[in-house]
Amino acid sequence: MDKTVNHKAWFLVLPVFLIVAFSAVLPLMTVVNYSIQDTFGNNQFFWNGVGWFKELLDPTTDLGERFFASLWRNLFFSAIILAIEVPLGIVVALSMPREGWRVAACLVIMALPLLIPWNVVGTIWQIFGRPDIGLMGYTLNSIGLDYNYVSNEFDAWATIIVMDVWHWTSLVALLCYAGLKSIPDAYYQAAQIDGASRWAVFTAIQLPKMNRVLLIAVLLRFMDSFMIYTEPFVVTGGGPGNSTTFISIELVKIALGQFDLGKAAALSLVYNLIILIVCWVFYTVMTNAGAERAPEKGVA
Amino acid sequence: MARIDLVDLAHSYRGNFAAPESFALKPVTMTWRQGGAYALLGPSGCGKTTLLNLISGIVTPSRGKILFDGVDITPLSTQKRNLAQVFEFPVIYDTMTVGQNLAFPLKNRGVPKAEIDARVAEIARLLDLAPWLNRKATRLTADAKQKISLGRGLVRSDVAAVLFDEPLTVIDPELKWQLRSKLKALHRDLDLTMIYVTHDQTEALTFADTVVVMHDGRVVQSGTPAELFEKPAHTFVGYFIGSPGMNIVPAEVRGREARIDGHTIRLDRNYDGLPPGARIEIGVRPEFVDVEAPGSGLLSATIERIDDLGRVRFARVRIGDAKFAARVPPGFSLDGNEAGLRFDSSRVHVYADSLLVEGK
Repeated sequence: MDKTVNHKAWFLVLPVFLIVAFSAVLPLMTVVNYSIQDTFGNNQFFWNGVGWFKELLDPTTDLGERFFASLWRNLFFSAIILAIEVPLGIVVALSMPREGWRVAACLVIMALPLLIPWNVVGTIWQIFGRPDIGLMGYTLNSIGLDYNYVSNEFDAWATIIVMDVWHWTSLVALLCYAGLKSIPDAYYQAAQIDGASRWAVFTAIQLPKMNRVLLIAVLLRFMDSFMIYTEPFVVTGGGPGNSTTFISIELVKIALGQFDLGKAAALSLVYNLIILIVCWVFYTVMTNAGAERAPEKGVA
Repeated sequence: MARIDLVDLAHSYRGNFAAPESFALKPVTMTWRQGGAYALLGPSGCGKTTLLNLISGIVTPSRGKILFDGVDITPLSTQKRNLAQVFEFPVIYDTMTVGQNLAFPLKNRGVPKAEIDARVAEIARLLDLAPWLNRKATRLTADAKQKISLGRGLVRSDVAAVLFDEPLTVIDPELKWQLRSKLKALHRDLDLTMIYVTHDQTEALTFADTVVVMHDGRVVQSGTPAELFEKPAHTFVGYFIGSPGMNIVPAEVRGREARIDGHTIRLDRNYDGLPPGARIEIGVRPEFVDVEAPGSGLLSATIERIDDLGRVRFARVRIGDAKFAARVPPGFSLDGNEAGLRFDSSRVHVYADSLLVEGK
């Protein structure tokens, strides 16, 4: 293919380059800079090479231990909320009305949790769950359950998971609903004619037609839950002990609590890299799934 | 396999008490013979898809009954009606192979595995899909997908009728022809009642033994392609079928004569006793009006232009204010634009308020 050579085009891209440089590349480079140096304050820096990275990836050191502990904790958290939110979102989407004023009502109600700022969500649940004044905490205790998210690890996890499900299931449901709405009526009519049961309609039509939006939903929810910070920080502050200290909370502790800039920078970069890799894997899977659906030439 | 009777069937999407003029399908009573190849022909929005969906049970009629072999099936769901329907856009179950797609209707009905395999193999052979049985259905072209949709209908041996809702719209023109012959062949082999909805007269006329023409929610004529061509029962049929359509012009008709703008056309039959006050028109197909050099006994007309369609030429002519299309005989050429028109008087029909009037 012949391409028109036009160097003027670069000038048009220049503003974007500049914006991206100042907003993303330069800040990232300062982090890279910190990650290979050590500082004792006073703006004095010493070369440390890959020392911080070695320490970070070695579970026998304190830093490595904390990193891996929070990483597994975080992955476990993501796995749980995906396992709950995705099926639940599908069920909600399937049971949403398909037309009439109820659609609008449903959409508004479902969008509400998505519009609330993270720290407000955290505060709501922090109060909601308190055994002394919180509606949920008080009720649970008064029916005989010993619930206290401040002192009990399981309760802390349960609270954060329920909070996340409350906050984000709507997103999955709305995406699924959009996927369902895009299925032409002819599919349902054909399924009726083919004598398909409700379950067969779900597995043969609805689920396959939703798989793209589901991939997007899984991707978004994974990224978001993997980066979660504000809500658990507000509710449990990472406790009790370290039981709800996710990577981002650990990172803030190291960077701002201990002021270990080098360790924090190394952790940030590895954290970033994990997210990039996951993104890339998802992206590849999704584009492959799309390519599979394109018709093959010359068949039949 | 079944004979299908529609008894006073009508439907409105606005509820049962809507004004009759707003009905998407106005009351119709007719019979679809077992084993017939029918086409439902009409422009978009004429109610043909509504009629089809009523038969398949996707839509429940506001009024009237549908009988399969004399049994009232109006309250039955689509699943219980044992029909096959092929839609405008191919419906394919994405995750399944071609073979699984074909087996799906049988599996849902709990047919034994051995029988399913035999039927699927049989249908795949009929539709030339055998080489693709183990392929993912999503990766096939539109016409192959449409064949699969059709196959899912045919795979059930007890199917009462196969309904087609403009099934060739998304198919490439050269493949359309092939698929249509395939349908014809299947119809001969399987002795199935087939109802084919289309707005394309070529499709309808080549596919069907009986063409049912619909207009504005009403069945205006049902007959063989030749009947529709030679004796349209409604001016709409005359105008919709044929290319160019029938000439329909207002005229004064008295006895065996029709007068247009002071010119007289002789009629073969006597039309005394036309309903008073009705809008009277005469209709004649361009194929039965010949352009000749002006002469006695011919209607003098002005030629506006001549369309050369390759095989035939049609002249657009005017008699007073009335516009006509007329055939230009091969080899005929004309000086100036004054010409004479020769009408085949046995082919001139008279319409009162758009409906055909039989002369005596």
